[in-house]
Amino acid sequence: MATRIVVDPVTRIEGHLRIEAVVENGVITDAYSAGTMVRGLEKILQGRDPRDAWAIAERVCGVCTTVHALTSVRAVEDALGITVPPTAEIIRNIMMTTQYVHDHVIHFYHLHALDWVDIVNALKADPKKAAELAQSFSKWDKNTPAYFAGVQDKIKAFAAAGLGIFANGYWGHPAYKLPPEVNLIAVAHYLDALSWQKEIVKIHAVFGGKNPHPNYLVGGVPCSIDTNEVAAINSERLNLVAKLIDQADEFVTQVYIPDVLAVASFYKEWASYGGGLSNYLSYGEFPTKGYGQPDFFKYPRGVVLNRDLSTVHPVNPRDSQEIKEYIAHSWYSYSGGDAEGIHPWAGETKLNYTGPKPPFETLAGYEKYSFLKTPRWKEQAMEVGPLSRLVVAYAAGRADVKEVVGATLGRLNVPVGALFSTLGRTAARALDGELAMIWLKEYFAELMDRVRINEVSTFNGEHWEPKSWPADCEGVGLTEAPRGALAHWIKIHNGAIENYQLVVPTTWNGSPRDAKQQRSSFEQALIGTPVAKIDEPVEILRTIHSFDPCLACAVHLYDPQGRHLHQVSFE
Amino acid sequence: MERMNGKASESIWQSMQAKGYSRRDFLQFCGAAAAMAGISRSAVGQVVSAFEVKSKPAVVWLHFQECTCCSESFLRATHPIVTDVLLDVLSLNYSETLQAAAGFQAEKCLQDTIKNNKGKYVVLVEGAVPTNDGGVYCMIGGKTAESILQEVAKDAAAIVAWGSCASNGCVQAAKPNPTGATPISKLVSQPVINVPGCPPIADVMMAVVTHLLVLGNLPALDSLGRPKEFFGRRVHDTCYRRANYDAGLFVESFDDENARKGYCLYKMGCRGPVTYNACSVVRWNEGTSYPIQSGHGCIGCSEAGFWDNGPFYQHLASFPGFGVESTADTIGTAVGLATIAGVAAHAVVTNIRKKAVIAEVHADDQPEV
Repeated sequence: MATRIVVDPVTRIEGHLRIEAVVENGVITDAYSAGTMVRGLEKILQGRDPRDAWAIAERVCGVCTTVHALTSVRAVEDALGITVPPTAEIIRNIMMTTQYVHDHVIHFYHLHALDWVDIVNALKADPKKAAELAQSFSKWDKNTPAYFAGVQDKIKAFAAAGLGIFANGYWGHPAYKLPPEVNLIAVAHYLDALSWQKEIVKIHAVFGGKNPHPNYLVGGVPCSIDTNEVAAINSERLNLVAKLIDQADEFVTQVYIPDVLAVASFYKEWASYGGGLSNYLSYGEFPTKGYGQPDFFKYPRGVVLNRDLSTVHPVNPRDSQEIKEYIAHSWYSYSGGDAEGIHPWAGETKLNYTGPKPPFETLAGYEKYSFLKTPRWKEQAMEVGPLSRLVVAYAAGRADVKEVVGATLGRLNVPVGALFSTLGRTAARALDGELAMIWLKEYFAELMDRVRINEVSTFNGEHWEPKSWPADCEGVGLTEAPRGALAHWIKIHNGAIENYQLVVPTTWNGSPRDAKQQRSSFEQALIGTPVAKIDEPVEILRTIHSFDPCLACAVHLYDPQGRHLHQVSFE
Repeated sequence: MERMNGKASESIWQSMQAKGYSRRDFLQFCGAAAAMAGISRSAVGQVVSAFEVKSKPAVVWLHFQECTCCSESFLRATHPIVTDVLLDVLSLNYSETLQAAAGFQAEKCLQDTIKNNKGKYVVLVEGAVPTNDGGVYCMIGGKTAESILQEVAKDAAAIVAWGSCASNGCVQAAKPNPTGATPISKLVSQPVINVPGCPPIADVMMAVVTHLLVLGNLPALDSLGRPKEFFGRRVHDTCYRRANYDAGLFVESFDDENARKGYCLYKMGCRGPVTYNACSVVRWNEGTSYPIQSGHGCIGCSEAGFWDNGPFYQHLASFPGFGVESTADTIGTAVGLATIAGVAAHAVVTNIRKKAVIAEVHADDQPEV
């Protein structure tokens, strides 16, 4: 008999996500991914000053803060024909690489690790052995027996008091495979990462005034650089950034990357689960000669189809036939009917909830089941995210990416094909973080070069005033957010936003089926995943978290009387 | 808050003893906590007894219509750091962002907490609640946000509304508010501590929690339910660039010579004059900076309705009906800010000394000296 299990809320993500999965003989055979919260920000953006759009769009997400602000200013600058000064571009790149590093480290330790790391089992570890092990793969000087013993005592006391945020985890589940010492190392670094993450974001505070949600500006960046003024970005501020970058570099290379590899080496069977779709989309990111020249981005733009690494297909976000959004299974309605896809410049946001009246037990049997629309590239479903960036860069023959990917595959002793999996997705994020760390250092060095020659203009005000704008114009802003391909499309009429549409990474990955019943990434990746214990589906969390979803959900099960159950029978 | 006392779980002193701390360490910790909470040394004795008898209070953190920036901000706290708070000060039993459990097991964490700590737990709410169309625009576990809020709030000892979403509705409540996003205080019968901001400053959030749990009482609130400790002064009045404003020295364009000199951002649309927040005193990210220090005007993110008080780069004097900046609070009213008369009057009094100078500078909007 097939069993339909519901996970709602899916925790350790941003937002509200619900997964319903059909399990037969211990394996997932079908899955439904539902976004259960909507705010209508696209409607709220209409009629506003395009120069304000970044602030509203930034509030789409406070975990991947800054990425929507950057995408928005790029969209508006594209529409108004603004090129930002090179120094402003470098500062934006510093902000973005900082975000990558912060986001990926947080994701690994605080959102994903507990799917692989058994905190309670860490109490059985020998701190001395843990220290020896940690020192064998990292020279981080904090990894001493006394340090691990201290952490173990802390967890012991915490467990005695009820475990707080760690309560009711799947501790002791047979899917947890790490030795106690590796569990202890990971728990210790979970706590260290929590303390460290507040440091690196000070880079955002220096250039953007605060984090979360630093300030951006159409035409450049809001801060000024002057090494002879106390109130501008000066030597003291630059020294602070340099110090924060050094700290981050140490944490990434001595703690984060070694830990991901250590944990991954115990879960190699997960290189054969969770592969999902075989199409990968990346918009490309990290300009080296300006945003207007994507051929010189560090990550290239393109699509890889059917895992064929011999060809990178070009992507044109302006072509009305390439990227379209469908609502065949989404709680919206389109004026021209729900079966057709619409290019975002013509996009519509009309809410039309047709699901069950809450409280409800299941979305089974409902044609429409999510507040996420379903984006497609040339009618095809795409995976987006760090793995897609690496796959497209690898296929495009980028040497630096190939080198980092090759070295890691070698250290784990797995073939290239291992990338197309739950484990590969998690490893790809770590490599993405490693590359971002390298590029953050490069960008900062470039900034210092420009300060040395006093080429420090940070704002192009040529088209700041609305009277300099055409009556009608349209633009698109593309970024690779930490979670994947992100784009905003804007239409401006008489100085105000006429239409604004966002297609975000989790819309690509977490959306419902399209009109042709093709599944998106989450749903496809769950198929074939084993579930050992139906009431403790840690395997679902592993694969869903490997995408780093950006919406929050929960997994609950109800019987017809509304009581919680662990499973619901399905046909 | 007395109801939060209980012997069922470990007190902070017991937990410190278990970890091998001495009585002396404990007293030092209490002294530091007291200093952090801003109370004098003579009151330390009270704090000590509070720690000794008070078990780690149960806390649940709810997420509704939000972007999780408040949770992220909370993680940025530096004094104390969040790991110490999570492990030693309180028992965070439900947090969709951080908790290990998911689905049914996560739901059980919430249900157990409200059942076993009736009248003793603290509810921290992040996000607005959509009320249009039966509440279907935010559902968790098949239940509406509103029904979850009512269920959890009913037996809470205290309710804190984190950020502008929970306090004022924030971005989803901006016109035309498509989902009927509603602040928490309009949906529950108990008093709500509003800590607005998008997000609030990390160490302000931590201080509010500390005030509740360590001092064991409610902070003094203004008529909008905001702690006076952090929302009693305008960003403008405590801004280090204020002297430039008074002297008529303004940034005229981003990154112009005046911007590099750190002149006042009023003409670039700064909302500091109508925004009550602690940014220019506490600053962000361990005092690293705040928006104005990094060259951008305040967008007023802690004020109700700030999204509809745009465009952000239009300076306040150019709003119709505003004229001179005789009292900045009047501007707030003119552009639709929910400025409560009592608060405004207080601010006007504090500002009145400078009125003549300001009026002089702005009367004819002359180029600056």
